Amino acid sequence: MQVTLTWLDYLILLTYTGFVVGIGFALKKYMRSSSDFLTSARSLPTWVTGLAFISANLGALELVGMAASGAKYGIIQANFYWVGAIPAMVFLAIFMMPFYYGSKARSVPEYLKMRFDGRVRTLNSLSFAVMTVFASGISMNALAKLLHLLLGWDYNISLWICSFVVLLYVLKGGLTSAIYTEVLQFFMIVLGFAPVVYLGLKDVGGYHAMTQMLKGIAANPSTLHLREAGITYRADAWTSAWKPLLAGPAYNPMGVDWFAMVFGLGFVLSFGYWCTNFLVVQRAMAARNMTAARNTPLVAAVPKMLFPALVILPGMIAVALMTLPNKGYRIPAPILDNAVYARAMAVVTADANAPADQAFKDVSAAVGKKMDPEKVAALVRDCAAKPLAPDVFQDRLWNAVTEYDYDGTILSLVKRYCPPGLLGLALTGLLASFMSGMAGNVTAFNTVWTYDLYQAYFAPNKSDAHYMRMGQIMTIVGILLSIACAYFASMYNNAMDIIQLVFAFVNAPLFGTFLLGMFWKRTTGTGAFLGLIFGTATSGVVHALTISQGNAPGMKGGYLGVLYTFPSEMAQNFWLAICAFLVCFSLTAGISLATARTKSDEDLKGLVYSLTPKIRDEGTPWYQRPAVLGTVLIAVCVVINFILR
Amino acid sequence: MGLDIRWPIGLMFSLVGLFMTVFGFATKGDAEMYRRSLDININLIWGIVLLVFGCFMLWMASRRKNDAGTPGRK
Repeated sequence: MQVTLTWLDYLILLTYTGFVVGIGFALKKYMRSSSDFLTSARSLPTWVTGLAFISANLGALELVGMAASGAKYGIIQANFYWVGAIPAMVFLAIFMMPFYYGSKARSVPEYLKMRFDGRVRTLNSLSFAVMTVFASGISMNALAKLLHLLLGWDYNISLWICSFVVLLYVLKGGLTSAIYTEVLQFFMIVLGFAPVVYLGLKDVGGYHAMTQMLKGIAANPSTLHLREAGITYRADAWTSAWKPLLAGPAYNPMGVDWFAMVFGLGFVLSFGYWCTNFLVVQRAMAARNMTAARNTPLVAAVPKMLFPALVILPGMIAVALMTLPNKGYRIPAPILDNAVYARAMAVVTADANAPADQAFKDVSAAVGKKMDPEKVAALVRDCAAKPLAPDVFQDRLWNAVTEYDYDGTILSLVKRYCPPGLLGLALTGLLASFMSGMAGNVTAFNTVWTYDLYQAYFAPNKSDAHYMRMGQIMTIVGILLSIACAYFASMYNNAMDIIQLVFAFVNAPLFGTFLLGMFWKRTTGTGAFLGLIFGTATSGVVHALTISQGNAPGMKGGYLGVLYTFPSEMAQNFWLAICAFLVCFSLTAGISLATARTKSDEDLKGLVYSLTPKIRDEGTPWYQRPAVLGTVLIAVCVVINFILR
Repeated sequence: MGLDIRWPIGLMFSLVGLFMTVFGFATKGDAEMYRRSLDININLIWGIVLLVFGCFMLWMASRRKNDAGTPGRK
């Protein structure tokens, strides 16, 4: 699996690192107040905040995970980019940005304070602060492991060096520096991975040829060990974005129904993420004026719409490549420990004269994975004839495993197609995606801590220099906490899964609170607070009482008894979110009606739709009007979906 | 903020593009190396693409007609 870098690859990597750090130092002289440092003093142009908006979202885990899902589910995964992002981004731009930006709030939790009260703000800022630290820790752990496997770099060294680079430029240039480097990283990621996708597509003979191969495999995915034997899908399962979905959960590889996809992902989860997550909203809030702020998500929506070609297509190419035996490609198997190799070696030697099926059973047991009988038999035979060199043995044993480590897909393609030079560029793109994700988390974390927790509760009336100092200290603290979380993640994989699950619970109901808060002046702080808590509790309870097919009760749900079985984990996630949203929405509305308003119409001016003067766009040219741009974007998105239906 | 981000982006991609172009040119006859990239000298081609992109960014920055990078403080 390992590759070696040449001097040119290192040169490209170093050039990139030099530039991102340089940007931080160049911006240092502009950091004069806490608002310069934490909010960019609302001074940036749209195209910059727009590209940063999308780049902060495009972390390394996304790059790796989307290719994996492309291989597992095919083009249906692209719905996460279309139905699962574009409508929410347009909604944020047209309807919600006026309140975020117009209220002069410095963060999303601060908006909640203005709209409701301190309780809602604290609840949101606490969960958000913890979430950002864990999110960046988890992705750092994944990246350091990846670099270790691929390049043989030491886990600790890559972890600390990458973090140090991010620390350096965020500490010097604050949010502006994070946003500027995110723009640079955006281009780095796109330009670094585009040639790999191009070469892959050319290798399989073009898009049309690829879809033909995927159609061939959909009827019987077990021939490539993609699914258990006996499972069969419609021919267009990997190549159509909507038809398999409309046909029902049994007919698409993802196992979801269209309603869960559209309502669960497209409405609840997507609006909950894009419209309320301070990590992305912060980029738009740094824009220089209201029009620029509103257009930020719209600028971001353009690349978002096209990204499936960059991140999901590679997974589909990988599966198509596997259908061509002469290409000699496979999605890599899970990495095996040295102990496993030693155990397998002993078994293979001992079974040299045993019958083939006995030897196969023993070797499979020693490895602990599903294996290919023919390859195992050949390996045993060859070993008996002449002892194999350890690396040859390991390689052949690893190749005989028929399970896939889908997360290795994108890097296996990089490795396959990139000569020295391009390899450095693609790896730099990967590092860039990691850094942009981490810097995004850290800049959101230091702002929320400084303004929403520290200034609100610990030290209200201090000088601005004091808060600026705090912002800088929290940048360091945030990065150190992320590193701690990365180590934690490397030690307790299960604990990490639980934490991510809890965050999914916390996020699911959020949009209900914002929707009511922004569009119904009667919503009260008590209603919002209790609605959020019970919404979160609902997802926890539903999770504890349901399960998805093929999972045993436990981590994946059903530990309090199984009331309902979903066809897939994805369907379970979507329905959890739907339940949480509905409970949060109806409870918030009900409790609001039962409690007295604490804020007058005058207090809510600029915070609630009906009490805020409409923004008049007549003065701006049509191509800068959010409503026009949003409509065009939605139309283009519909056309793309129709073509790939 | 007083720094136009197009300068660093333009400079960086011009530089990386230049490295790759020169390297691609120097390794032109190396069929072995480029077997991976389907016998395409991808370093040369993509290096030129990066170089063009980098120069375009620099050109945009030097025009400064668009107010993108100039101090946007009000």
